[in-house]
Amino acid sequence: MNQLLSWISVHQEMIYIVVLMIFVGIEVIGRVPSVLHTPLMSGANAIHGVVIIGAIIVMGKAEEGNIIALILGFLAVVLGTLNVVGGFVVTDRMLEMFKKKK
Amino acid sequence: MELNLLALCYLLGSISFIVGLKMLSNPASARKGNLFAAAGMTIAILGTIFLYEEDGLKLGNYGWIFGGLILGSIVGTLMAKRVQMTSMPEMVSLFNGMGGACAALISIIEFRHLVKGNPNEAISEIGSFSGLDQTKLLIILLGLIIGAVSFAGSMIAWGKLNGKIKDFSFKGQHIANLLLFAITIFLASYIIFARPSETPLFFYLIIFFSVLYGVFFVLPIGGADMPVVISLLNSFTGVAAACGGFLYSNKVMLTGGILVGAAGTLLTILMCKAMNRSLKNVLIGSFGSGASAGQGSAAMVGSYKEISLSDAAVVMGYANKVMIVPGYGLAVAQAQHVCHELEKTLESRGVEVKYAIHPVAGRMPGHMNVLLAEADVSYDKLLEMEVANEEFKTADVVLILGANDVVNPAAKSDPASPIYGMPILEVEEAKHVIVNKRSMKPGYAGIENQLFFQPKTSMLFGDAKKALQDLLTEIRNI
Repeated sequence: MNQLLSWISVHQEMIYIVVLMIFVGIEVIGRVPSVLHTPLMSGANAIHGVVIIGAIIVMGKAEEGNIIALILGFLAVVLGTLNVVGGFVVTDRMLEMFKKKK
Repeated sequence: MELNLLALCYLLGSISFIVGLKMLSNPASARKGNLFAAAGMTIAILGTIFLYEEDGLKLGNYGWIFGGLILGSIVGTLMAKRVQMTSMPEMVSLFNGMGGACAALISIIEFRHLVKGNPNEAISEIGSFSGLDQTKLLIILLGLIIGAVSFAGSMIAWGKLNGKIKDFSFKGQHIANLLLFAITIFLASYIIFARPSETPLFFYLIIFFSVLYGVFFVLPIGGADMPVVISLLNSFTGVAAACGGFLYSNKVMLTGGILVGAAGTLLTILMCKAMNRSLKNVLIGSFGSGASAGQGSAAMVGSYKEISLSDAAVVMGYANKVMIVPGYGLAVAQAQHVCHELEKTLESRGVEVKYAIHPVAGRMPGHMNVLLAEADVSYDKLLEMEVANEEFKTADVVLILGANDVVNPAAKSDPASPIYGMPILEVEEAKHVIVNKRSMKPGYAGIENQLFFQPKTSMLFGDAKKALQDLLTEIRNI
């Protein structure tokens, strides 16, 4: 019990962010018209590409001689970049078509 | 100073994600919102590369980092630019899988790192892992499992959508899945609490079981439910990214990940609601019952009648009101432009033309809206399901273009049907129904459609684009 409490206390900042972001996430897209469901899903898909930052950190910390870490890290950076860049470009292409309206 | 600057970068990144997502949910600002989030992402990435330090050490391996970034950017841009509008959903699924794999890889590397830096190994006997940080282990394992499931599931969803992978289910698969899931969770808990000497072995077993679970999780789920699954996996990857944020105490990863996790979950629920089903029903309801019940209703076949192009042209050309129901067939045939032409031609003859859009027509919610927007069809002509169902009563002709399951009356009348309970477009309310399909083959859900055998329905076989072009010529001639 004590352990759990101290764990919460140590990580409270992170826990706050998690809880608040859950509400923000729900609130922010709560009123989205169904027209935008596909682009929204695609945009959200690009945003979780933020995992690339973890890949960059892992890659940057890998020691010179550690081939496995280097290769896995490189792969992670490539895949993360695909997620981010591909995600944003696809979303933009979808939305570009909406813009021609009016 | 530099670390403070990095904190600012991350703050800007986080804000841009929230504002970007907010702008994305409004048609007028959506495109700007996407660019806004992309700009925030760029700031966060560049900040990490140049400003990040740990224990006073900057990041190294710039060659590898930039190599990966450049390679990923080029391939990602090419794929995203080249993909056809019809394949958009597959693309989203594929990119989602990449993100999941990325999260899983980070976990693998961090685990190796953790084991290497294990203080016990030097002091006491080799092979003891009791010194491992439990919090870190928990987060690494969470990121690994969620990331791996998301990756494997997305790949299967991608394969299913582009037709490379067929539906597959066996008896007791439901139990097998639960078992796989239980084994994975058990192994993970065992590692965290007991930290046995086989920790690395168990860790790699968990990777294997997670991937397997992801595959079996998506394999049996039917085509019509694929959007829900992709949206769910999308939110999984968000949570996996957030695990990375926890691991590095990185606020921008945490914000972005949880934001997508929450928004994705809500979006998933919204989609389920559009189909009048619960998420549980979508995920496990398709087992067993679908196959046997589907056969039962398939037996009910009758005769259908075909309509010639000139007849169809006359019926439509002299109607007061025509409603078009687009479906996946329109998307595959790339017929949206011809469809818009047809709409303009009919309108110039004084025919009122409207589109009835089912929320899950095509392969993703909003899929049809995107397609028709590409062809310059104006917003106010696109009716959502509830409005459309009111208007069918006053329509003379309903033209169904490659849609099937979303107009299947079995959803209302046949409790044995796998799609029973899904709201549909009630096209039978109209005076005449013309169905354009390539053949009598059942739709994506794999069930027969009684609508095609009704007296007021007539079939116009052929590829949607070609049929519409011919129809257009005929209408111009009358």
